[in-house]
Amino acid sequence: MNAPLVSIKNVDFAYQKQLVLSDVSLSIFERDFIGIIGPNGGGKTTLVKAILGLLKPQKGSVEHSLEKSEIGYLPQGNQVDENFPITVKEVIASGLEHGLKIEFRKTKGRQRKVEMALERVGMDALRSRPIGELSGGEFQRTMLARAIISSPKLLVLDEPDTHVDNQFETELYSLLKELNEQMTILLISHDIGIISPYIKTIACVNRDLHYHTSNEISEEQLKVYNCPIEIITHGTVPHRVIKEHIHR
Amino acid sequence: MDLLELFKYGFIQHAVLAALLMSVACGITGTYIVSRRMVFISGGITHASFGGVGIGYFLGFPPLAGAAVVAVLAALTTENLTRRKVLRNDSIIAILWSLGMAIGIIFVYLTPGYAPNLMSFLFGSIITVTSTDLWLMLALALTVSAVFILFYKPILYVAFDEQFARIRGIPVMFINYLLIILVALTIVLSIRTAGIILVLSVLTIPQNITNLFTNRFSHIMIGSVVLGFFASLLGLILSYYLDIPSGATIIFTLVLLYLVARLIKVVIFGR
Repeated sequence: MNAPLVSIKNVDFAYQKQLVLSDVSLSIFERDFIGIIGPNGGGKTTLVKAILGLLKPQKGSVEHSLEKSEIGYLPQGNQVDENFPITVKEVIASGLEHGLKIEFRKTKGRQRKVEMALERVGMDALRSRPIGELSGGEFQRTMLARAIISSPKLLVLDEPDTHVDNQFETELYSLLKELNEQMTILLISHDIGIISPYIKTIACVNRDLHYHTSNEISEEQLKVYNCPIEIITHGTVPHRVIKEHIHR
Repeated sequence: MDLLELFKYGFIQHAVLAALLMSVACGITGTYIVSRRMVFISGGITHASFGGVGIGYFLGFPPLAGAAVVAVLAALTTENLTRRKVLRNDSIIAILWSLGMAIGIIFVYLTPGYAPNLMSFLFGSIITVTSTDLWLMLALALTVSAVFILFYKPILYVAFDEQFARIRGIPVMFINYLLIILVALTIVLSIRTAGIILVLSVLTIPQNITNLFTNRFSHIMIGSVVLGFFASLLGLILSYYLDIPSGATIIFTLVLLYLVARLIKVVIFGR
């Protein structure tokens, strides 16, 4: 087996004195598609921020075998000011920026990548729109394009399906499945029912991390993992999330 | 008096140049301030700088130089303490705001004799700017323009989403500190023309007028420079004919323009 892209070893993280992650270990390999689930405040976002190098754990280590610039990131919706005066195209292009470069000419390669990213998420018609005038779904499409424009090796998504319409939700997950053929994906979600058909494995995070090597999980298992999340049922799925389940 | 004749006066020419340079610096940095919701921080830096004015009077060096040093210190302190989460951000600002004013008042009181220009620091005096002031303002306007032209993208990206910018390897701290220093210097040089009490309006009103019609960072910057200059000129002329203080008249003009712009937007665009 290849060396992991990211290996997290015995990580503790605390905000002030509140321990959010305790002795967390996880290895992320190429082509993984890990669904990160857990209750609110359980440390999901903290974990990915540690992986991204935005937070430094008090104990343990996070080692990468990839460059920081090879990570694509879609943050939680509340991280940015939705009324900031910036256009869709500018946001997406920012995903290509690297370091502090001074350049005045728009290079053709860059332009083409922006065009492709716009097309891929279906935002080409709205390219000049300021983000303040977008719907929830359009905003997340833009943020997704920014995350994938650099063709990252690792794609980290923090609840990309908040405030989006059903149509985009379906499109989003099938696009991610397609992207997974080229890149490793870490997906935080509050809804295991929706992501289950697309992911490969599950990480339950609630201060501890329990790694579950299947994309299906039962309420009983979640209990064992000390990971009390509500399994939102879609249609007639009472307790168990099954593989064939298709979200409409 | 004829309007053209008015512009033959040296002090009016100086005032017009000062208005232009102030509009360039404030139009650009103000867009950053407004977009990043840093108006309150800017208010804190502005008022804290009065401490420098007081110390300058007391020790006998140019008050504006004192203001510049204190403003930059206040800006760096705010930025640093906020990042390290030592105190709540708005509390830090309030403390520096009043501390600076307190220091200023004490030193002005301790200075023997009468501080004749005190009022001009509080309310600005665009018609008494000297050529030294103008050279300093020119240097600032050029620096601000150069920084924003060279680093436009990184500045925009850091202001929009700092964490993402950090992952992309943009030197976020460098941009943040560079910009907060530029904000402090812009404020200090605008104190000469708009005054401590009024400078905030030059940094926010043109931006908010432009923002009614465009949602693009670059357009807001350019629009604010033009509008700021227009309002300053109009205010200057009005203050001359009505024989009222120039700084206050400029602010009044700006607010009036904002209301007119809002009205235009409602009537023409229907929202």
